[in-house]
Amino acid sequence: MDILFTGLLLGGTYALIALGLNLQYGMARVINLANGETLVAGGFGAYWFFTAQQVPPLLTVFLVAPLAFALNWLIYVVVLRPLVKRAKSRGRIEVDMILTTFGLSFVAVGLMLALFGGDYFSYSYLARPITLIGETYALNRVTAFLGAALLCVALWLWLYHSRTGMSVRAISVSPESAGLVGIDVPRLAALAFALGGAITAMGGALVSMFLTLDASTGVIFTLKALIIVIMGGVGDIRGTIVAALLLGVLETFVATVIDPGLTLASAYLLFILILLLRPQGLFGRSRT
Amino acid sequence: MTRPILKWTLAAAVAFAASSVMADTLKIGAVGPKTGPLAGGAVVTYWPNVQLWAHDVNARGGLKVGDKTYTIEIFEYDDQTNPAQTIAAVQRLATQDKADFILPPYSTGLNLAAAPIYDRYGYPQITSTATSDQVEKLSGQFPNLYITLGSASGIVNGLVDTMKGLRDAGTLGNTIAMVNVADAFGIELAEAARPAFKEAGFEIVYDTSYPLGTQDLSPVMKGAKDAKPSAFIAFSYPPDTFGLTEQAIIEDLDVDVFFTAVATAFPAYAGRFGAAAEGVMGIGGVNADDPAFQEYAARHKDVTGNAPDYWASAMVYSTFQIYEQAIEGAGTIDKAAVAEYIKSHDFDTVIGKIAWDEHNNNPAYWTVGQWQGGVFRGVASTGRDGAVKPIVKDGWK
Repeated sequence: MDILFTGLLLGGTYALIALGLNLQYGMARVINLANGETLVAGGFGAYWFFTAQQVPPLLTVFLVAPLAFALNWLIYVVVLRPLVKRAKSRGRIEVDMILTTFGLSFVAVGLMLALFGGDYFSYSYLARPITLIGETYALNRVTAFLGAALLCVALWLWLYHSRTGMSVRAISVSPESAGLVGIDVPRLAALAFALGGAITAMGGALVSMFLTLDASTGVIFTLKALIIVIMGGVGDIRGTIVAALLLGVLETFVATVIDPGLTLASAYLLFILILLLRPQGLFGRSRT
Repeated sequence: MTRPILKWTLAAAVAFAASSVMADTLKIGAVGPKTGPLAGGAVVTYWPNVQLWAHDVNARGGLKVGDKTYTIEIFEYDDQTNPAQTIAAVQRLATQDKADFILPPYSTGLNLAAAPIYDRYGYPQITSTATSDQVEKLSGQFPNLYITLGSASGIVNGLVDTMKGLRDAGTLGNTIAMVNVADAFGIELAEAARPAFKEAGFEIVYDTSYPLGTQDLSPVMKGAKDAKPSAFIAFSYPPDTFGLTEQAIIEDLDVDVFFTAVATAFPAYAGRFGAAAEGVMGIGGVNADDPAFQEYAARHKDVTGNAPDYWASAMVYSTFQIYEQAIEGAGTIDKAAVAEYIKSHDFDTVIGKIAWDEHNNNPAYWTVGQWQGGVFRGVASTGRDGAVKPIVKDGWK
């Protein structure tokens, strides 16, 4: 029971890390390797507002989101859209996007170093125990989990029960056909990308309550997010959520019952198994 | 159109002429992480000291070498915490920038990676952030490599002795939970600690490692707590030092000794945990009451805007002082002559006197410190003055 709860809490953290990337990769077709930097920037926002202005991170989430949304919109329109227009095939887009966002991640690290310095952003918020069914958990982790759950539900409602959401799913299935039925593909792709960035930054603000970040830790989160998105199935947020929770529970199980040294190995083993048995991911559609 | 350009050219020419009359410049290389996994530590411990040292030397007019005066100019390279980049940067400094001297890199691994290059080009390498148990072998291989921060076994012995003292006084039990980060640093210390604790009669009731970058340390802390130890020892790196401490507070881990490694001595540690940090032990330490250290800490804060840490910061600055004193003492900027001077002299630095043993090793260093009254004070060393008595950890409130 304790393992399940701790694992679900960790899974919530992973969902926060990976949800935004799924929108960007699945819907806007940008495999964004600067995802981790967006997360770190969100975490820095929370740190700065908390230490300098005494604004609690739970409020900062709402300040960080529109900022990240606007910034990611700009990045998409200025840097990425010309590449989409120029490309002749989907494969070409992916290669260009990988190279461009890889470059952007270095730019982001450099900018953050110049703006924030290379020191750890470390603060203490809601670092209190909370007792659930006889076991103690960190209140900040429980809070982040609730935040993740809210985000997931909101995102799911939007994608599956609104007209814009349906259009976004349509461009994820086939941008060409979506254009034929009157969907403004370039605008919606930009929207999906910007929204993905906003969600990642919100996730960053939430996880910074208990993770110690610095300007160059982003790449760790990018890798984790990529694994989760690919395990869950590109373009399906249900897959990302399930994969994140699965990974959290598995890592906690291995750490508690077998050995904490084997958590990484078990995570990659799961990844390999899923790739072998369901290459399209848990919820993915096989490409024709 | 032409007049402003002319004016600027003239100004530049005057400035150039003035500077060449007043002082020559000495090119000093500095290579360390500004990005990558160790950047967070280097930005606290290493880079501010490079800035402070250059500021201090130039503020007093520069280095007086014979009848000449040299101001120093720093050439900085980011090695991205990647040994291949450290090597490339040192090589570039030696061959293209023609640096007169190159300050040591940051961390054990990066220093050892670059040692052959320093050796090949004849640069003295007085390390300040490297710990090694193989000084004898190293000094035979690289005659101009110096170790100042101590060895894994020295640090472990300091910790074991401190805990033995507390146990003999009746304030500490016999059981230990020990965890380490699964990389060279953590593994080396844990391997040195296992037999040392056993020999001292301690019983290790929980012993595990976790991968670098683990995002949830609560299973580790829960496992340790279930073993009901009287001491918790972690050979940890900065993010996990913070993570383990936070989990200990949340689980209300009731131990008499709580020890974490790198970053425990950072001002940010007390900044984050406040009163809960009281009584936490960590690797390193300084003589916080020494006026030389206090004066250094104040200058560090003035010039760089941040306080130094309570362990390696002062050691980093001290090794820069050794370069400074050796260049002036040798009266030449010839590398071989300066290297000879370093080998054959003792140096007065902000951490006190540094005198080499026969293996180019500084035998007197701090091993264990403890947060007491908001200051991280040295409680054990291998021959430094000013150690205070250790106290037992009294809860997390």
